[in-house]
Amino acid sequence: MAQQIPMVDYLVLGDSPHLVANECTDCGAKFFDRRNACASCGGTSFKKTDIATEGEIRSFTIVTAFIPGAENYVPVVVDLGGTSVRGQLINTPADAANIALGQKVRLTTYSIGADTAGTEAINYGFEPVN
Amino acid sequence: MANDDIWILGINMTKFGKHPDKDVVDLASEAALAALADGGVTIKDMGILAAGNLMGAAAGIGQQLQKQIGQTGIPVFNVANACATGATALRTVIMAIKAGECDMGLAVGVEKLSGAGMLGAGFGGAASEEWTPAGRYGAVSGFEGKLGTDMMPGVFAQVGMEYLHKHPYDGADFELFAGISAKNHFNSTMNPLAAIQKDMSVEQIMAEPMIAYPNTRAMCSANSDGAAAAVVVSGAKLRTLSKEQQKRAVKVSASILTSDPYQEACQILPDVNTLTRSAAKQAYELAGIGPEDLDLVELHDCFATAELVHYDNLMLCSEGNAVDFFLSGATTRDGKTPVNVSGGLESKGHPIAATGIANIWEICYHLRGEAGPRQIEGAKVGLAHVIGLGSACGVHILEKSGL
Repeated sequence: MAQQIPMVDYLVLGDSPHLVANECTDCGAKFFDRRNACASCGGTSFKKTDIATEGEIRSFTIVTAFIPGAENYVPVVVDLGGTSVRGQLINTPADAANIALGQKVRLTTYSIGADTAGTEAINYGFEPVN
Repeated sequence: MANDDIWILGINMTKFGKHPDKDVVDLASEAALAALADGGVTIKDMGILAAGNLMGAAAGIGQQLQKQIGQTGIPVFNVANACATGATALRTVIMAIKAGECDMGLAVGVEKLSGAGMLGAGFGGAASEEWTPAGRYGAVSGFEGKLGTDMMPGVFAQVGMEYLHKHPYDGADFELFAGISAKNHFNSTMNPLAAIQKDMSVEQIMAEPMIAYPNTRAMCSANSDGAAAAVVVSGAKLRTLSKEQQKRAVKVSASILTSDPYQEACQILPDVNTLTRSAAKQAYELAGIGPEDLDLVELHDCFATAELVHYDNLMLCSEGNAVDFFLSGATTRDGKTPVNVSGGLESKGHPIAATGIANIWEICYHLRGEAGPRQIEGAKVGLAHVIGLGSACGVHILEKSGL
């Protein structure tokens, strides 16, 4: 099997792909980037916390791709068990009639391509739960 | 007028739009000289200059401006605070006067943005031959189109849609936001300084090219060139000036600048709500004025989706009721609380650093009773709001001179 690399550090690949946050051990605030300190309480101690893989759409938009050949895409803010994350809605038409606020979605992964060494970069997205 | 009151003595905005024959220094000079003339003073009377030009933040627009209109040796503060840059320049001058450092100062904001396209992060493909994690998220590729959007029309679309998730609306969201835009485009027909003066129906707005659902092109602020400037004076100094100057001066009853306090999700989707509500609350308390007292409001409708949430954030309506408030007609020219009678950023244009002073100019124009065909009759109190992502929010409450 080809080598894989996640699109971002906070995506954990493997049998059950999921997101992992840096959680402040003082106040519980969760962040997905490398931290210097906590923006909520100023604490400097963090632990890794796995984030739920199912949740609901808090907000969305459909960005028109003006680049020839590119497809419109659907940025979403998803509430995964009380933690908000950003991503895109995939595996469903990019059509407002087809997307609802509060809609249930789950995390899924896909390849965004391989580099010259054959390593595939894997991104996450959200798909509707039927 | 109490000694430590703060007043706008002179103010000006250039026409917003395309100015291919003028550079940022030309535009800043035009607004600054006109604001000084409007106040009946000269650059020699100024004790401080604060200036902003976001896209050229490293170039020092303040000193560039002085090289054209007067190198008097006064302290210059070059400020940059996203779309709140102009309001920040004004706030800086106000703070200097309140601190007693000087009794008069000039604030200027200027931008050249025509043809700049959509603002926000780029797409960023594979930067190298091999996927290499980089940055604070260890990302191997740019986020745009892969993990959401940082383009402004899409960010603010999500801000508006998030409001409708929190406060569900049974009607059609697209039409609702297009309706807000139609109100503002109608208002622009009375504003010759607006970049775009075109009355558009809800249907026409919805038929425009979609940029980021539900924002079509007509629902996005136009990238424009323009400048605005204001001369600020202390109450003590104003008392020594002519009756005519005192009469036209506009009182700054509150000048507030906030940044975004931490909230869950604020690093996922910018939270433009908490800092606006906080700024508004502080401003109302400081001015001793409530939202029900406002004769007009200029708020930061960088996109139609943004205007809706700020009805609520500025407490113009009860919490969660922005949709009903808009649908009641309250924010039209003839409504209870006219909002963006200038045409708003969607038609007036949005030369970033100029915007935060231009909205104050609009309020002053009405409070002085000089607004001609678009005058809000009897206007005595107004509020100007601006927000820059990152985030910074400026709220100013202005009152007509009692003279």
